[in-house]
Parts: sequence; C-alpha cells; structure tokens
Amino acid sequence: MSILLSRDTQIIVQGITGREAINLTRENLAYGAKIVGGVTPGRAGRDIYGVPVYDTVRQAVSANAEKGIRVTGSIVSVPPNFTQDAIFEALDSGIELIVVVTENVPRKQVAQAVEYAGMKGARIIGPNCLGIISPDECKMGGVGGPAANTKQAYKKGTIGVMSRSGGMTTEIASTLTAAGLGQSTCVSIGGDAIVGTTYAELMPFFEADPETEAIAIYSEPGGRMEAELAEWVTTHRSRLPIVAFMAGRFMDEMKGMRFGHAGTIVEGKEDTTAEKIKRMEAACISVAERIEEIPALIRKRLAERKR
Amino acid sequence: MRFYEYEAKALFRRHGLPLGKSQLIEGPEQARTAFSALGGGPVVLKSQVLSGGRMKAGAVRFADDAAAAEAAAAAIFPIRVNDQACRSILVEEKTQVEKEYFVAITWDGRAKRPVCVFSDMGGIDIEEVALSHPEHVSKTHFSTIVPLMPHVAKQAVAATGVTGSDLNKLAPIVFELMKIFLAYDLTLAEINPLAKLADGRFIVLDGHIDLEAEARGQHKKLLADLGIGDDETRQARPPTAFELAGVRVNSADHRGVAGNVVEFDGNLGLVIGAGGGSLTLFDAVRKHGGQPANYCEIGGNPSMSKAKELTKLILSKPGVEKIAVMMNVVSNTRVDIVARGVIKGCLEAGKDPAETIAIFRIPGAWEEEGFKILKKYGVDFCDRSVSMYDAAGRAVAKLRK
Repeated sequence: MSILLSRDTQIIVQGITGREAINLTRENLAYGAKIVGGVTPGRAGRDIYGVPVYDTVRQAVSANAEKGIRVTGSIVSVPPNFTQDAIFEALDSGIELIVVVTENVPRKQVAQAVEYAGMKGARIIGPNCLGIISPDECKMGGVGGPAANTKQAYKKGTIGVMSRSGGMTTEIASTLTAAGLGQSTCVSIGGDAIVGTTYAELMPFFEADPETEAIAIYSEPGGRMEAELAEWVTTHRSRLPIVAFMAGRFMDEMKGMRFGHAGTIVEGKEDTTAEKIKRMEAACISVAERIEEIPALIRKRLAERKR
Repeated sequence: MRFYEYEAKALFRRHGLPLGKSQLIEGPEQARTAFSALGGGPVVLKSQVLSGGRMKAGAVRFADDAAAAEAAAAAIFPIRVNDQACRSILVEEKTQVEKEYFVAITWDGRAKRPVCVFSDMGGIDIEEVALSHPEHVSKTHFSTIVPLMPHVAKQAVAATGVTGSDLNKLAPIVFELMKIFLAYDLTLAEINPLAKLADGRFIVLDGHIDLEAEARGQHKKLLADLGIGDDETRQARPPTAFELAGVRVNSADHRGVAGNVVEFDGNLGLVIGAGGGSLTLFDAVRKHGGQPANYCEIGGNPSMSKAKELTKLILSKPGVEKIAVMMNVVSNTRVDIVARGVIKGCLEAGKDPAETIAIFRIPGAWEEEGFKILKKYGVDFCDRSVSMYDAAGRAVAKLRK
C-alpha cells in the first residue's frame, strides 16, 4: 500500500508552464499520476501534454469539481520568490497535500507556510525535494526522472524510504530493488533547515500502513530531525525496523561550513554525524556506513523481529 | 551570512536598542583619536572578525590611555581568528557591568518556528548553562503568522525568575530583537552579553547577526546601507582563489549546477553530485584512504560547458592528475552531456581522458548514450551495479599505482 497518495490522487501542478514543471508533468503523467490541471497566471486556456492550464488554483479546483473530480494534491514548481504565495494559494483552495519542489526559499516563508498548513489541516512535503513515489501507484514530483528510469529504480514492495536528499532517494531505492526489496512509499522530504514534514512526522503513516515492514532513511549533518526520529521510535515503540545511512561524516570537523543542502551545516554538537549516529543507535536504529549495506541490514532486522 | 559586530550594532541602533559609545577604526593610527572622541576614559578594543573566540585569540584588549589604545590596536590588527582576518577594530567605552544576560533568537527545525533562548546567566557558553542551570534558561517559541506581541518577550524573561524593573527593562529589548529577527529573515539574532550596568541601564555589549543567504535579495537596501557587497559570501572561512573560480564557473551559465566548490589539499579531483550524493562520495573517497583535492556538487542537468569548465578548473589545480566523476542515480541530469563535458574538459586541459578520468559512475537517464562516448575515449566507467562506495574505491586505487 502507499502512504500520503494513491493512484486516485487528483493532482495539479502550480507553475506548470515552467521548463522544469513541463518535464515533471510529462514524467508524472507517463508514470500514471492523475495530473488534472496546471496553474500559471495569465496562461489560462493553454494545455501542457493535454493538461488544461488555469490562472488560479481556485479555477483549477472548481473546473475539476464540475466534472466530479476532487483535487487534493498540488506540486509547486515556481521560482523561489513566488513559492510562499503559491503554497498559500493552494491551502486557501483546500489542497491537502502540497509537494514543494522549489529550492532556495527563505526559511521564514517556509515556516509561515507550514504554520498555515497546520491551521488548515494540510501537509507540505519539501521544499527543495523531489517529491513522493509509491511504486506502481503514483508519483508526485521529479523523483526517479523519466517514467522508464523510475520503473527501473523503484519496484513495489514493503520498504518505506525517507530521505533528505532527492538523488539519494533513488540511489537507495535502486539498491533495494537490485537486492529484491521493493518499496511501499518513498518520500524525498527536502534538504532545507525547515521542511514541511520530518522523518518523525511521517512515521505514523508508515506505522499505520499494513504493507510497510521496514524503513530506510538517508540522513546527513545539521538539524535535529534524526534526534526527533529516535525519540519518536522510542516513545511509540515502533513496530518498524529502521536502517539509516549517514552521509557527510567528514563535516564533523568542519564547523560552520555549509555543504550539500541548505540545512546541512554543523553549528553545534547535536548537528554532527557522530552525535546523530549515537542517538539513533540508542533508539535501535541500525546505521549503515555504505548504501549497499542497507538491504542486508534490513533483512537481518526483519529476521530478528520474526524470531 | 554573518554580520560583523559593528554591522549588527548598526542594525540594532536603527531599532533603538541601547548601545554604548563606540568608534570604528581602520588602522592603529586612528586609535588615539577614537580614544579621545570617546571621552578619554578606559576603552575596550575589539577585532571586527567573522568568528567567535576573539577574547581567547587576544583580539579583544583593554586600554586606559591613548598610547595603550594604539598599542592594543597595533597588536590586534594582524591577529587572525579561526583563519578569519581582522577587518577593523571597534573601540568602545568600557562600562561598569553589574550583571550579564543572554538572549538569542534562532529557528527550531523541529518546532518549525523561531525560538527565543533567554538566560540571566549571560556572557558564558549558553549550552553549558542549559546543562548545569536549566532553570536559568528559557526557551520560548513564537508564531510567524500571528502578530508578535510584547507578552511573548516578557514571558521569555520572566521564565528565568527575573522580575521587578529588570523585567520591565529587559522585555522590550527582547521584544525588539524578536521583531528584528523576523523583519530581516535572520537565522540568528543574538545579544551576548546583554549587560545591566552599575547605574541600572541595560546595554548591548556584543551582538551576532546571521542573515539567511537565500533572503539576501529581499534585503538589498539594508545590505547596501551597511556596505556589504554582493561578492561577500561570508562563509565560515574566507574563499580561496580556486573556490572563487568555481563560483564563476557556476554563474557563467544558468543551466544546472556545478558549484559549491570547496578546496582541499589532496590529489584526487572530484566532479561529483548532487547534494546528498556528494556528501556520500566524499566520505567514500576518504574511507578508502583517498585524498580529495576538492569538494563540489553537480546536478540539475548542467550544460556541457559547465561540466567542461569545472573539469578544467579542477585539473588546473597543482598536484591533481586524475579526477573521479561520480553521482548517485540521477533523475534529471543527462549522463551523456556530463560525459561529453568532462571529456572535453580533459582534452582542452591537454590531457588524455582515458588516463585522467579515474572512474565515471553516473547511472540514470541517457546512460547508454553516455557509455558510448566514454567507450570511444577509453574511459573507465560503471553502471549502478557498482556502488558509490566501490566506484570511489576504484578511483583511489588508480592513484596508488
């Protein structure tokens, strides 16, 4: 099964006439996602691969409602300066799941959008992410690239994947697939210091999904997200074995330098990989040193659980 | 991006926060004039440098007369603190401090809100205070949507047990700092110490401001007023000439990314990507005992010229004979374009791609086309069946031969 989305999720793309958004729309449609509208102000009446373009989210939502289609998802792919407004527009039009692809959005704007989403009961994934995929069900965002490549790397199965890196989401899925472990849902959560949905916030969804049996995560220096996950796993006595891969170990000695993503910086002790590994291991999260160790570690943890 | 102390104080002054009298000097010879302009009383001279640890490094000194001030300034100017140069010296009147407080506003990525950390035990390491005297440190989150109200600041101060007129004098300062934090898209607004003087006044003794790099465009006026140029990156260490050349490679062409070039002193050049992939690959190279000459990130479907120029830049670094071209499985980067770019880069640098490219590991869209080109030039490549870790190992092994 999948979390957050399904093959019936009706999706719009905000900023659909942009270069990246056009690619993303084509790839998502080809993978089977139900993209039922796009929004670019001033471009109403056009179409992108058969998807009608509207001036506003409200128009896109009502035009679909007239056909009996309820739009619940949006992919936001607009320039950084317009991203916050685009998210608020989606929230004001009742969109429940918003995948924000855009990079370089200042964190105050993200924090405001996330706080507003909380008031509306909606969920934001990203920003600075490649989106969500449930193999053979649906995908929202650039994750996996063209449909053929996506199908090569992602196979349906029982492993949930969460990653602060979009590219590494596919690397991990591809490694799992090669080892015969399919995925339930893979979420590229975004590489910024503040993201809409953290590892710990996704856990209840995976926990409630009967088909998810284990979790693989990609993690890196900076922030408190791994500590939050470790706490969640401990306090909720999670049924799911978790294997984490920790990148950026070289950064522990390079305080104040930013590498990789906007949120990847060591400012205090808690930001270091050493500290994060310690916390995760204390919460029974296995930490892999290489990506290719993940499948065997997952199998080992699953076997231990069955005993 | 970090502000110098004098820039942070200029921002505080605009917002009416209380500050002591001070003069900024650009050379030791200006110290005497500054000393008398401040009234001829004892002064403190503080290096304006983008780093903490000034006191320990000897870059903060005290002086009771003009000659001593000049000598102190002459001693401070050459001192580098954590590899950061002294830009100027802030000469301030020395005040009679009765008690020191700490206040900092930053983002809490878990709560996804700003948090105000306040303590009535300022001047020392706040993380230590939080451990040894948790009752003297308050953490107060506040909304980014609901209009900010003064009571939030009052609560932050009162939570540490501060009351009476001290509470009523401190709360407005904390409130103003919260407003500054939100108004300028800061990632850190800190006053430490916030001092209570013997005469009952409160003043900002030292301040630390970090403005989010992504928000620079929205605060052009402030940056211009403070004299901060667009070319000032304000990283934790000053950029090297090699790194600045990397910035030029990336900005010469808007298609894709070939940036975040960081110089290291090894012999294996790295053309790696993307964000998470680069971190993973850099670790892998080091784990195999390899010595990277650089860190970088390519991705977002870079143009051929971008990949080419980055390759040439890395190969121009003395001691670099081989490069490893590696990425995680890519979604939207065209493997063939990167392959063409790095091969052309080698050729234009007068090197044989087969000898120079230690390994090419970029699986993903258009990989077949990429492999064809690589084969033609005799470059060693692999697909996703070789892990990132093993690909890095192959590159490192070639350098050992």
